[in-house]
Amino acid sequence: MDFKKSDVEKMKDNSIDVAFINGGIRLSEHEEMVRLLRRKSKVVVAFGSCAHLGGIPGLANLYSTSELITYAFREAPTVVNPDGVTPTASYKAPEGELELPRILKYVKPLDDVIDVDYYIPGCAPTPNIIKKALDDILSGNLPPKGTVFGSSRALCDECELNKTKPEKILLKDLKRVHQVKLDLSKCYLAQGVLCLGPVTRGGCGALCIKGGMPCTGCFGPLDNVKDFGARALSFIASIIDYDDEKLAERIIEEYLPDPAGWFYRYSLPRSLVKGRYSGGGK
Amino acid sequence: MGEVRIGVYICHCGKNIGGVINPSRVAEFASKLPNVVVARDYMYMCSSPGQMLIEEDIKRHNLNRVIVAACSPRMHEPTFQGVLKKAGLNPWLLEMVNIREHVTWVHEDVPDKAEEKAKELVYAAVMRAQHLYEITIHRLPVVKSALVIGGGIAGIRAALDLANAGIKVYLVEKKQSIGGKMAQLDKTFPTLDCSKCILTPLMVDVARHPNITIYAYSEVVDVSGSAGDFKVKVRLKPTYVDWSKCTGCGYCTERCPARAPREFDEGLGTRKAIYFDFPQAVPRRPVIDPKYCLWFTKGICRACEKLCPVGAIDFNQKDRYIELNVGAIIVATGYELYDMTKLREYGYGKYKNVITGLQLERLSDADGPTKGKIVRLSDGKEPETVAIVLCAGSRDEKHVRYCCRFGCAAAIKHIYYVKHSVPEAKVFVLYTDIRAFGKGYEEFYQRLRGMDDVYFIRGRPAEIFEAKDGSLIFDVFDSNTGQLLSIKADLVVLESAVVPPKDWESLRRMLKISCDPGGFALELHPKLRPFETTADGIFLAGAIQGPKDIPDTVAHAAAAAAAAIGFLSKGEVESTPYLAVVNEDLCSGCGLCASVCPFDAIEIKEEGGRRIAKVNVIRCKGCGACAATCPSGAMQQNYFTDTQIVSEVSALAGGAK
Ligand SMILES: Cc1cc2nc3c(=O)[nH]c(=O)nc-3n(C[C@H](O)[C@H](O)[C@H](O)COP(=O)(O)OP(=O)(O)OC[C@H]3O[C@@H](n4cnc5c(N)ncnc54)[C@H](O)[C@@H]3O)c2cc1C
Repeated sequence: MDFKKSDVEKMKDNSIDVAFINGGIRLSEHEEMVRLLRRKSKVVVAFGSCAHLGGIPGLANLYSTSELITYAFREAPTVVNPDGVTPTASYKAPEGELELPRILKYVKPLDDVIDVDYYIPGCAPTPNIIKKALDDILSGNLPPKGTVFGSSRALCDECELNKTKPEKILLKDLKRVHQVKLDLSKCYLAQGVLCLGPVTRGGCGALCIKGGMPCTGCFGPLDNVKDFGARALSFIASIIDYDDEKLAERIIEEYLPDPAGWFYRYSLPRSLVKGRYSGGGK
Repeated sequence: MGEVRIGVYICHCGKNIGGVINPSRVAEFASKLPNVVVARDYMYMCSSPGQMLIEEDIKRHNLNRVIVAACSPRMHEPTFQGVLKKAGLNPWLLEMVNIREHVTWVHEDVPDKAEEKAKELVYAAVMRAQHLYEITIHRLPVVKSALVIGGGIAGIRAALDLANAGIKVYLVEKKQSIGGKMAQLDKTFPTLDCSKCILTPLMVDVARHPNITIYAYSEVVDVSGSAGDFKVKVRLKPTYVDWSKCTGCGYCTERCPARAPREFDEGLGTRKAIYFDFPQAVPRRPVIDPKYCLWFTKGICRACEKLCPVGAIDFNQKDRYIELNVGAIIVATGYELYDMTKLREYGYGKYKNVITGLQLERLSDADGPTKGKIVRLSDGKEPETVAIVLCAGSRDEKHVRYCCRFGCAAAIKHIYYVKHSVPEAKVFVLYTDIRAFGKGYEEFYQRLRGMDDVYFIRGRPAEIFEAKDGSLIFDVFDSNTGQLLSIKADLVVLESAVVPPKDWESLRRMLKISCDPGGFALELHPKLRPFETTADGIFLAGAIQGPKDIPDTVAHAAAAAAAAIGFLSKGEVESTPYLAVVNEDLCSGCGLCASVCPFDAIEIKEEGGRRIAKVNVIRCKGCGACAATCPSGAMQQNYFTDTQIVSEVSALAGGAK
């Protein structure tokens, strides 16, 4: 199937210095490949949000495999499939039995499958972080195992707008970014836009903020935080300042229509819940 | 602290625990858990042999964590913390497991499962105990002095009590004189003794007391620091009289040619541009009102300056500021009347003969604008009919929801004023309910209600109209008799609703204390701690906590003073063990902790080009809001760190191993 695979298989174990692996684990084939790479490599670096946390495709964990297949191959508006054909893992062709990689029940981050030495966060990883990781690895100046390259502090620490934050932020009004003309010289959160900078690892240089967009959290949580979305949700809930429960519900419905997508955009597979619970364990 | 060495102690609590589960099996189970060095069970862990057992084990086995599985920590946590302390361990290396209220008392009928649960809870505690650490209690010395803000009867009483206990007191009053509303009253219910006669001796005591310094005509402009060590900035407003030279002779006030409405008379009488609030003012030092003084308005006169025998007049005075350092603050800023012009239907401010109860006090007072005669303001004639309207703005959704608590008794007193001044006058009392709850009030009420020509009507007036002769006409539905009455009165007296002073909100923010829905200062507990606030070292006295009559005000003020004395005489303030602690390395300075802190204990400070959260260890009460909010896990709460909680929860989720 993939001629490169046999080439790699022939290499001696531990003969690759560093493997950068990107993408989450979606198919049985991915598991095979990354296990192979792990065997052959001295150092494995998870590269980018998908390998690090599961990434945006990880939001598929909110659906069952059959829901995903049905939607992708039959119901999506751009699909033309009059016979309703859906993929199967094996197929008897005249030439013999054909095998396709199996789709896994959940999207997984890389370290759910193999031992990972370092992580380069980001969707996409920023050049400065990639360079830093390469410099460290090439110079042999290796950080402790498990290090996520980037800052050890949240984005606010390096964000220019942090100093414009008022003494207390209590949000009376939420806004989605297209509903407000952002004052680019003031903290977005203070303007009612749910910027995830406070909960997100820094290191990117606040690029999105400089571009007029709030942080959406692609660098993931800080070392002390187990679940990015839960932390994000709890900080937002703490600073929302509505006395009236009904009003709060309405505002949240209107301005935060997809909380799972907002708070777990990059990290659902790395969260405590991992995905939708459909009974019966993994 | 090196190797973790845990001792686990399972209490039988007589039959309370031992009658349901087998504590020695639980101990046996515990003895095999990670880092458990010794595990025992005992009949009564809290008894002195039980305590001794733990103490000896700590020494013999070199324990550095102790777990006691017994009753609620509410009951005996302090007991066992004491044991650790005696054995030389930090008390916060203790972990209690409640296997009585949480296990045997509630699962008596399923003893097997109960025992299983006890084991799981002990297991979770062992896992949590691995991460306990020594907690330091911060202690700061207390400055043995107090600030009292507001010099009404509440502030006076509190100041005297504090001063008599040997505490240095600074009394800040915004007006020229202390005395508050009580000084404006003619007589006081229910005994009808002359208000000033009982008040002014106390005012003089305050002035003379070696431990009290009065800053009159002053206001607090900034409060920083925390309990035990507040820094307070006070603005001394320019009086244009050098009070250190002035002897209070009063020449200037007699000779001043400029007149102004007299605030003390609620605008009814007049005063001079240089004035005392009232003759018995304390301090007896006049102030010049630049709004009316001819020198300030027209650049002429300066009579006072020429007359002053000691050369105290100083037209160039500016604001002066002083800094006070105090350990405690008593807030006694009292109340104000609700603006009666907001009740349009009663015509206050439009009709001359509609007045407030406080204005009636002034009319009745011999020092008042009419020398104690009650008259119609439109023509100075004696009123033949007086209507007294209760709950004017009170207990009214459109205005003020709460009860003013002294309007009823004041109205009854006002019947007396009218009948005393004009014995043949008719008095209509328009009420909703009569609340004569105080000692002697009911008797007072019955006495006045029984007087001739005094009519109690249960209802509020509809719109009030003015007749040509200045008298007032209105309809009122008497719900007692079911009749609609038409009344013509010469004078209408409104017993006004009561609100916090106008400038209170800014002071409240400086003090960082909460308020109730009416805007009054919020007490720590409505029943049990009515004179304390959520801020340590700040106490409430009198009507600023909610409307109060004088007896209640005085009791409240004395209680506040006693609490402050207790606080100050401890000598030091302690931080809570459950302090919020910032890992400054991880802090991004996002400031969300400060946003949610209900005690304003967190400040974001610039340090080395970064913003970092700093916790004031005395202000922090250990509520944990910041730790739960901190998005980067940099803020942790002592004894409840993420690691401690997660290891406990994971142990529980995994079940007893
Ligand atoms: C018409 C009427 C009749 C009444 N008759 C009676 C009666 O007969 N018997 C009775 O028991 N009660 C009576 N009361 C109630 C009585 O007035 C109160 O119980 C009492 O005044 C409350 O005292 P206090 O010290 O708490 O407040 P206040 O008397 O209001 O004193 C507060 C003091 O604080 C000062 N102050 C306010 N803000 C500041 C600030 N920011 N900085 C510095 N100083 C400040 C004020 O200038 C004032 O001097 C009557 C009330 C009314 C309206």
